[in-house]
Amino acid sequence: MVAEQVNAWFGSTHAVRGVQMRILDRHVTAIIGPSGCGKSTYLRCLNRMHETVPNARVEGRVLLDGRDVYGKGVNAVAVRKHVGMVFQRPTPFPTMSIRDNVAAGLRVMDGDRPSRREADEIVERALRRAALWDEVKDRLSTGAVALSGGQQQRLCIARALATEPEVLLLDEPTASLDPISTQSVEELVYELRNSMTVVIVTHNMQQAARVSDFTCFFLNGEMVEMGATDSMFTTPKDSRTEAYITGRFG
Amino acid sequence: MSEPVATAPNAAAPTPPAAPLRPSGRQRAFAERTATTIGRRRVVNSIMTGVLVLFSILAALPLVVILFHLLKLGASSLSIDFFTKMPKPVGESGGGMANAIVGTLILVGTGALFGLPIGIGAGLYLAEHREARLANAVRFLSDVLNGLPSIVMGIFAWQFLVRPVGHFSALSGGVALGVMMIPMVARTTEEMVRLVPISLREAALALGFARWRTSLSIVLRTASAGIVTGALVALARIAGETAPLLFTAFGNQFWSTKLSQPISALPLQIFSYAISPYDEWHTLAWAGALVLIALILVLSIVARVATRSRFVLGGD
Repeated sequence: MVAEQVNAWFGSTHAVRGVQMRILDRHVTAIIGPSGCGKSTYLRCLNRMHETVPNARVEGRVLLDGRDVYGKGVNAVAVRKHVGMVFQRPTPFPTMSIRDNVAAGLRVMDGDRPSRREADEIVERALRRAALWDEVKDRLSTGAVALSGGQQQRLCIARALATEPEVLLLDEPTASLDPISTQSVEELVYELRNSMTVVIVTHNMQQAARVSDFTCFFLNGEMVEMGATDSMFTTPKDSRTEAYITGRFG
Repeated sequence: MSEPVATAPNAAAPTPPAAPLRPSGRQRAFAERTATTIGRRRVVNSIMTGVLVLFSILAALPLVVILFHLLKLGASSLSIDFFTKMPKPVGESGGGMANAIVGTLILVGTGALFGLPIGIGAGLYLAEHREARLANAVRFLSDVLNGLPSIVMGIFAWQFLVRPVGHFSALSGGVALGVMMIPMVARTTEEMVRLVPISLREAALALGFARWRTSLSIVLRTASAGIVTGALVALARIAGETAPLLFTAFGNQFWSTKLSQPISALPLQIFSYAISPYDEWHTLAWAGALVLIALILVLSIVARVATRSRFVLGGD
């Protein structure tokens, strides 16, 4: 996935400025930066979610497999079927069971809808990948809201994984989770690296260091620096990056 | 009051606080003033609370008085006959309001068929497109429609559904009631749909749901408990409306369930019995009123119970 000169506005506020980024396939890329620097906004530009906000605007190109998702005639809904997203707060659909939650994305997939049996298999596979299967396999038809916060977030991840997107975007997925759930989510992200492209926005630098292959540092809507995680955290090239990483501001 | 600081350099622990000093004159006067103020505030508080409780009781009083009278005057006529028999001509005792009860049910049902889809659809549109100019216009007109006298509703239904056909009909009455329902249902639907958090919509959109699909599959389903409550409350309202039925459904002495014919209804029957000079019919009117109130109460209670939904929106 490649972002070329992506700019985003909320009304007249220029939130993302000219971001140029190459996201490597089947690797985990982390985006770090202080609050309000535009990292979440930028992430939402990657799957065309930013434009769902009233008065929001995006300019630039985002290439997925060589095709611009903002190109003429490209349907935003179709893009979102290939680029999945998990949000900061868990959002299970409250009127649906655990099974139906995970299978929700299957209803709108391109091509034929999977049969009931196929759907069940997909649900089980997704729940296993999200490390939630063992905890819920006996109560798949109970309401999703009965789960704990950490379980709900893993459910949302399973829901995003069920449709096998090419890219998975995670917007501070562990921000509202307890440490144990955080750990299982981080393990999951680490394991996903070989099967899909993951972009994770995180407030937590240590988390970025733990799970990602590449890290980008954002400041005031601009991407300041991007590099391999190890070198970014040990020998950052930009002084601002260094200041942030060493905790001089943040 | 701070503790006295230990001044001795070789003191191992701070000296214990000295015994409380006798309050000075100024401190005593201040304490007394505060005590009277607090005392006075407590008295005022009690009085105001008492007044509010009294007003609350007064607010509930009319309903209690009405229910009591209805029970006293109408319960005696209530029997199986009342629910199953037709009205008897003057002079004969007995008889019931079976046709009126069924008529009310048919009219309310027809109204619901007409008013619920339009009301819910409008409410959904208003909630999803909050700021659009059309939405603001619709909201305003809906409020105006809500305040329209119900007899005007009846006149319109009469003009467009009764006059062209040349006779009164249950359908026209049902449509009049349905139109009355629309603003109520739209309002409650809009409020319930607005309560669905944006995060839920975004989650659906991010999965690849189209906007209309998000509205129907996710948003509407999540808000369904509240929408049903709103619908039941609206049904309870129109069940008791009389004026729109005066020249649309018109009333019918005989048993009729056809939509194309005039039909009896509880409020209409109560009306014609109540203004008659016959005592027997008066007691029947009381009984009819009791049944009508009971119907409305049941609908309202079911609506309240249904509000205690299984899922709490916005929890966690």
